[in-house]
Amino acid sequence: MQSVKFYQTGSFAVGNRLLGPEDRSVQSDRQRINSIDCGHRACRGCGEALGARYALDAAMRATRNRVVAVNATGCLEVFSTPYPETSWRIPWLHSLFGNAPAVATGVAAAMKVKGREDVRVVAQGGDGGTVDIGFACLSGMFERDDDVLYLCYDNEAYMNTGVQRSGATPPAARTTTTPATGPAPGARFGQGKNVPMIAMAHEIPYVATATVAELRDLEAKVQRAMEFRGARYLHILVPCPLGWGSAAHDTIRIARLAKESGLFPVFEAERGEVVGVSKIRRRVPVADYLRPQARFAHLFGAEPRTDVLARIQAIADRNIRRFGLCDEE
Amino acid sequence: MLRQIEGSRAVAETVGLCRPEVVCAYPISPQTHIVEGLAELVRAEVLTPCEFVNVESEFAAMSVAIGASAAGARAYTATASQGLLYMAEAVFNAAGLGLPVVMTVANRAIGAPINIWNDHSDSMALRDSGWIQLHAETNQEAADLHVQAFRIAEELSTPVMVCLDGFVLTHAWERVDLLTQDEVDAFLPPYAPRQVVDPDAPASIGAMVGPEAFTEVRYLAHARQLSALDVVPEVSDRFAESFGRNSGGLVRAYRSEDAETVVIALGSVLGTVKDTVDELREAGVRIGVLGITCFRPFPADAIAAATAHATRLVVIERAFEPGVGGIVSRNVATSAPGIRSYAVVAGLGGRAITKKSLAELFIAAAADELAPLTFLDLNRGLIDRELERLATTRRSGPSAENILRDLGAVASRIG
Ligand SMILES: Cc1ncc(C[n+]2csc(CCOP(=O)(O)OP(=O)(O)O)c2C)c(N)n1
Ligand code: SF4
Repeated sequence: MQSVKFYQTGSFAVGNRLLGPEDRSVQSDRQRINSIDCGHRACRGCGEALGARYALDAAMRATRNRVVAVNATGCLEVFSTPYPETSWRIPWLHSLFGNAPAVATGVAAAMKVKGREDVRVVAQGGDGGTVDIGFACLSGMFERDDDVLYLCYDNEAYMNTGVQRSGATPPAARTTTTPATGPAPGARFGQGKNVPMIAMAHEIPYVATATVAELRDLEAKVQRAMEFRGARYLHILVPCPLGWGSAAHDTIRIARLAKESGLFPVFEAERGEVVGVSKIRRRVPVADYLRPQARFAHLFGAEPRTDVLARIQAIADRNIRRFGLCDEE
Repeated sequence: MLRQIEGSRAVAETVGLCRPEVVCAYPISPQTHIVEGLAELVRAEVLTPCEFVNVESEFAAMSVAIGASAAGARAYTATASQGLLYMAEAVFNAAGLGLPVVMTVANRAIGAPINIWNDHSDSMALRDSGWIQLHAETNQEAADLHVQAFRIAEELSTPVMVCLDGFVLTHAWERVDLLTQDEVDAFLPPYAPRQVVDPDAPASIGAMVGPEAFTEVRYLAHARQLSALDVVPEVSDRFAESFGRNSGGLVRAYRSEDAETVVIALGSVLGTVKDTVDELREAGVRIGVLGITCFRPFPADAIAAATAHATRLVVIERAFEPGVGGIVSRNVATSAPGIRSYAVVAGLGGRAITKKSLAELFIAAAADELAPLTFLDLNRGLIDRELERLATTRRSGPSAENILRDLGAVASRIG
């Protein structure tokens, strides 16, 4: 293991060094394994790269570096392993777009049979690999309660193939297969596919959501997830500057607005029951979240689509009610 | 130990003796008895340590096998027909990743129309998947080939498919000489994986490869397949030395030394073919047989050598390429280019291949009175009528329902 470079060293604030060691973030530890290292080809400001790095470093700390990662096809896989290079400093296996949960099951089964139950398995994929094509395998893995932590990096579309709609694309969002034309531009309104809730319905030990705006929360949830044996699911909102048409420097801000608007509820559940929510600190209208993203630009044209905005606001309001996200309500 | 045993059970017990550490299969006829047998062995802790994973699909079954194999466990699965096609993407993937998974394919036709009986359409559809394919003629061979399959797979780091004819073999009760645990242990060393995901030695497996190296990667996979043409007979010879039975290798000739006509076939039909050939020999017809055990990699040289003296080849096809013709014969043609060959599509969807039909066919072939592509026992009257109707009306082609209606089989039900 080589110690991690800190680019900023002058300030005591860097890497939580004013906190006691036990309270510091995983990322502040120079001795941590840098799971996903330099050399990857993610876009500037990529939320997925950030989320993956924090999640896996946290998983490594939680297991004393005994993690195997299984990866579905998608941006994360493609940008991190341009042969003959690899950005992974942990054992990492890619097979297909639709089978990461089942491959992870196989790895976990092998570790079990070999008596290496200290080795823990993390599977990861984008929203497409998770909520769409890999969904049957995911549900199978949940139902069998295989000892796998599944991480879904939700950038709300198929980014690797050029921003097409996925089962997690929010209503009204423009993608290349839900163009911003016609009387009802963008993705259709519907129930969408709420995989955290579906995961809860499987009554697996642990389900949680997180965003890259609250990285300490993300680390803590990975840490918590690793305390359980069995199937666990963590759904992480990861803005994608390319697909969302947002500024690279806005990734964190936009992720925060998703949560603060109520559109992306951040919560934890154990065995099918919500055990904690991350409260909204300063509630914002959904328009504040949507406006900085070109994928919603058609809602803010010369004639703003107040009707569509109202429908999206209603989704946020329902989330706030359902999860009790605001103290005053 | 000689036992009167169902083919599937013989396969399951032999696979059990090979000590797979992760077994994962999804039920489909005619494969089900194999996975049931293994489930029993695992539950009874006869096969231990072993994880038996119940999955939600064949795609998941192969994926679990991929993960297990990549993590250093000996992995096994079994399927057939629709199941094999449903896992197809992962089947190619296992080969590309160089994972020595062993899979039994209980050969069965592919729908529509749905048909659970035997032909070779399933494994033939995946002949380019990069897997080694071994075809069993008998249940004894089916059992023995599995032991060899693990050995070959692990020596080459390539997955191996053992194909046996659905029902004809899987559900047939026969005398099979099963190996003992000690015998298998002596023949099959523990799995020593070439590449693993291991926290003690992190590696990235399954990286993205661009145009600059992809061709080379594929070429090397091809070279590895070709090297199997040495390894498969070596393992077979070692098996024969250890247990006194030849039940593998690339090809096996039967009464073909002086044959003018050589019949080429795969799988259980070889028994009927050999019986027919015996009878024709008695009648003075110079005919022999060449059974292909190893269909992938294709043993072109072995076939060329074994048929060099023949004047014609009759290739029994248990699957075909619609719009093209026979699959095996087209492969054979590349190794025996100078020899006239006849493709005979036979036994599709479980239709019986009788000695009588074969004898007539072989006699016609020996007189060079056969069309290059023949469908054995085809109901010509029915076909002609349907084709004529197709030519005169604009109704779409002869579907299963039309044909069945004409046969009267479903007339009462569909009115
Ligand atoms: C079976 C199959 N279908 C389609 C593809 C093409 N494909 C590769 S990645 C991808 C989309 C990935 O989207 P997502 O899972 O959301 O991950 P992201 O790239 O957005 O991180 C698609 C459609 C594929 N590789 N395999
Ligand atoms: S397209 Fe989006 S998810 Fe993919 S690397 Fe770029 S920013 Fe990240």
